[in-house]
Amino acid sequence: MKFSFSEEQTEFRNMLRRFLQDRSPTSEVRRVMETEAGYDRDVWRMMAEELGVTAIHIPEAYGGAGFGVSELAIAAEEAGRALLPSPFFGSTVMAATAIAEAGDDAQKQALLPGIAGGGTIAALAAAEPGAGWNADAFAASASPAGGSWRLTGRKSYVLDGMAADLVVTAARLPEGGLGLFCLPADSAGLMRRPLQSMDPTRRLAQMDFDGAEAELLGGGPEAGASAWARTLDIAAVCLAGEMVGGAERLREDALEYVSMRMQFGRSIASFQVTKHKAADMLLEVELAKAAAYYAAAAADGDDEEVDQPLTALASLAKAAASDTYMQTAIHAVQMHGGIGFTHDNDTQLWFKRAKSSEAFLGSAADHRERMLQHWNA
Amino acid sequence: MTDMTEEQVRAEVRAWLTENWDPERGLVEWRNMLIGSGWGVPHWPEEWHGRGLPVGMTPVVEEEFDKLGAVGVAKMGIRTLAAATILEHGTDLHKQRFLRGILTGEETWCQLFSEPGSGSDLAGAVTRADFRDGKWIVNGQKVWNTSAHHADFGLLLARTDWDAVKHQGLSYFLLDMRQPGVEVHQLRQMNGHASFNQVFFTDAVVEPEYRIGGLGEGWKVATTTLMHERRGADGVRRYATGSDRPGRIYEEERAEVATVMAPYVWYPQRTGRADLLIERARAAGRWDDPAVRQEVAKALTLARTAEWTARRAREAQQMGRPQGPEGSIGKLAASVVARACAKAHTMIAGADAMLTGEDDGTGGVVAEILVSTPAISIAGGTDEIQRNIISERILSMPKEPRHDTDRPFRDVPRNQVG
Ligand SMILES: Cc1cc2nc3c(=O)[nH]c(=O)nc-3n(C[C@H](O)[C@H](O)[C@H](O)COP(=O)(O)OP(=O)(O)OC[C@H]3O[C@@H](n4cnc5c(N)ncnc54)[C@H](O)[C@@H]3O)c2cc1C
Repeated sequence: MKFSFSEEQTEFRNMLRRFLQDRSPTSEVRRVMETEAGYDRDVWRMMAEELGVTAIHIPEAYGGAGFGVSELAIAAEEAGRALLPSPFFGSTVMAATAIAEAGDDAQKQALLPGIAGGGTIAALAAAEPGAGWNADAFAASASPAGGSWRLTGRKSYVLDGMAADLVVTAARLPEGGLGLFCLPADSAGLMRRPLQSMDPTRRLAQMDFDGAEAELLGGGPEAGASAWARTLDIAAVCLAGEMVGGAERLREDALEYVSMRMQFGRSIASFQVTKHKAADMLLEVELAKAAAYYAAAAADGDDEEVDQPLTALASLAKAAASDTYMQTAIHAVQMHGGIGFTHDNDTQLWFKRAKSSEAFLGSAADHRERMLQHWNA
Repeated sequence: MTDMTEEQVRAEVRAWLTENWDPERGLVEWRNMLIGSGWGVPHWPEEWHGRGLPVGMTPVVEEEFDKLGAVGVAKMGIRTLAAATILEHGTDLHKQRFLRGILTGEETWCQLFSEPGSGSDLAGAVTRADFRDGKWIVNGQKVWNTSAHHADFGLLLARTDWDAVKHQGLSYFLLDMRQPGVEVHQLRQMNGHASFNQVFFTDAVVEPEYRIGGLGEGWKVATTTLMHERRGADGVRRYATGSDRPGRIYEEERAEVATVMAPYVWYPQRTGRADLLIERARAAGRWDDPAVRQEVAKALTLARTAEWTARRAREAQQMGRPQGPEGSIGKLAASVVARACAKAHTMIAGADAMLTGEDDGTGGVVAEILVSTPAISIAGGTDEIQRNIISERILSMPKEPRHDTDRPFRDVPRNQVG
C-alpha cells in the first residue's frame, strides 16, 4: 500500500483527472479566480454529488464514503495538479477532519453529513497572526457561558473562510488546554473579511471573534490538543499531495515547452544544461511524491512496518514537497524564458500556489523541526 | 581636463553648483544647464556634453550633487543603453539629434531586440528591414520591450540580408516610435505590472541616415548595447525614486518618476531587497529564530560579496586596468542574490508570505519581491546564457558545436511563430 496504489485508487485518480481536465481547465481556473466567490458552484456540486470528493474520508456512519487519507490525498494531488479553485481543502480536508477527530458522536452526526454532501462548506480557523499553525502559541481564548462557550481573538489565513457556512476553530480553555469549537459562520460576534491572497486560486480570510457563541467539540483539554495535532498531520499530508500534484504538472509543462522551443537553430531541450535541469526536476518531484504517498499510507495506519509516528512523517512530507514545489516552479519559469514571467502564461499561476504553499500550514523549517521532535531516533 | 585631481574636481563642481543650483528651476532647464557645463555626464567627451574626465571621477561628482540634493541628468532606463550605443557607434548627426534629449529626459527609448522566436538567440531576429525608394521599410514583431508603450525612439535590430550568415545579415536602426507603422501592445507580467510590450511593425519607416553602424554590422553594434546592459545589471545600480523635498524641480522629477519611470517601479524588488532583510526580521519578530538568521546571513553574504565584486570591477575600470573575471559575473551573481533574498524574505514573512497588497504587512513590498525576482535571471540575457558566456569567453572552455552559423540564415531551422 505504501509503495503502490490499488487499481481502485488508480481508477479514482483517473476519473478525477478526466473530470478536472474537462470541467476545470486553466481557462476556467483563470475565469473563476477573478470571481468574488473564488470557486465554481456547479463544479463543486458535481464534485460532491457525482464524484463524492467531499465525502471521501468521512466515515460511512456520518454520511461519508469511509475511505482513508490515501484517497483523500489522491484527490488533493489531482486538485493541485489542476489548480482547482474550490473549498475542497478548507472544508473537506481541514474542517471535516477536525470535526471527525474532535467531535463526539452526536456532533459528528449533526455536522459531518452536510459537509460530506457538499451542501455545507466548513472552514478551519486555527492559525493566528504571529503564531501561524503552532497551537502552543494560539492566543484566542474561550470562556464558559451557560451551557456553551464564548470565543475571543483573531484567526487568520483561514482557507476558504469566506465561502464557509460553518466555522471550526481552536481556542485556549480557561485551564490552559486547547479546545476545538464549532459555530455557524454568520454568528453574532464573528466578523470575517477576505484577505488579499498572493495566489488568487487559494482564498483566505481573517476572522475576529468578539464573544461569539460556540459549541465545544468533544470533551477535555487533552482531546482538543491531540485532535488538532492529528488534524494538522492529515492536512500536511494532503497538502504534500496537493503540492506534488502541482509540481508534477509544472515539470511536465516545462518539459513540453522546451521540447517545442528552438534557439540557435536547435531545440533548447537539446542543450545539456536543459536536460540536467529536467532530470533534477524529475528526481526532486519523485522524491517528494514518495514522501507524500508514504505519509498518507502511514496516516491510514495500514502498515506495521511504519517505524515513525505520523507527525514526523507528515512534517517530513510537507517540508520536502514545499521545497520541491518552489524549486520546480523557479525552474519552470526559467525554462520558459521571458514568456514565463508573463501573466498570460500559466506557469505563474502554479508559481504563486507554490509560493503560498511554502508558508501554508507552517514553513519547511518549522516542519523539519517538528519532524525531528517526533522522530524515533 | 583629464589630469585634474580629485580635490580639484570636487572644488570645481562644488563652485559651479553653489552658483547655479536652484530647486525652483524647471527640470529641463536645469538639465540643459548641466549639459552646458559638462557636469551632468563628466566622463563623456567634451564635445558631447561632458568634461572628458575619467569614469573614476563620476562618483566624486555625484557625491557633491548628493550633498546639495541637486538633481542630475536623466539616467534610468533604456536611455543609458541608447546613449552608450550612440556614443560608441553613432554619427555626429545621431549624437546631435539624440544625446541632449536623452540627458534632459525629454525623449525616452526602448530596446527592440527580442522577438517571439528569438530571445537568447538575438542574432536569430527575423524582423526585416528592406531598402525601398531610398528608405528602410520595417516589417515584423518584437516582444518584451520595456517602456515601448511610451518610448519616442527604439534601438532596433533587424535583418537586412537573408543570404548572409546569421550574424552578418543584421543591421541596427534608430527607429522613430511615433509613426503609423508602429503598433504597441502592453503585456502584463506575473507581478501585475505591465512594463513590457509587444511591438508590431507594418511598413514602418527609417530614413537611411538613422541606421547606426554599417550595413550588416548590426550585431557588432548590438554587442555594445548588450555589454552595457549586462554591466548595468550587477546590483550596484541606483534606482530613481524622486526626492520628497519641496521645490519645483523635485515636483517635476517626481512626475517623471511616476510616468516615464513607472515601468521600473518594481525593479528594486526584483533584486530581492537584501537591504530590507534585517529590518523585516525584527519587525516580524523573527530576529531570534536561528533558522531565519541562517537564511538572512546567507542572503546578506551573497548580496555583500556580489556588491564588493562589482565594486572591484568598477574600480579596476576607473583606474584604467584591464577587466578581470569579476566584471563578467555581476549579472549572474545578481540572480543568485535575488533568489537567496526571496527565500529569506519568505521565511521572515511566515504565513504572511501567502498575502499581498495591504494585507502582507509591508504594503505589498515583500509580496512584490516574491513575484518579481524570477525576472532577474531572464531579463537582459538568462542565467544559462551568462554561464555560456563566462565558460566560453572567460574560462576559454570549448564552444558548443553550432549548426546555425555555417549556412545562409534563410536555411537555419527556427521557430514557427504566429
Ligand atoms: C522583465 C523583462 C524585461 C525585458 N526587457 C526587454 C527589452 O526591453 N527589450 C528586449 O529586447 N528584450 C527584453 N526582455 C527579453 C529578454 O531579454 C529575453 O526574455 C531573454 O533574453 C530570454 O529570451 P526568451 O524569452 O526568448 O527565452 P528563450 O531564449 O527561449 O529561453 C528559454 C530557456 O532556454 C534557455 N536557453 C536558451 N538558449 C540556451 C543555450 N544556448 N544553452 C542553455 N540554455 C539555453 C534559456 O536560458 C531559458 O531558460 C525582457 C525580459 C524580461 C523578463
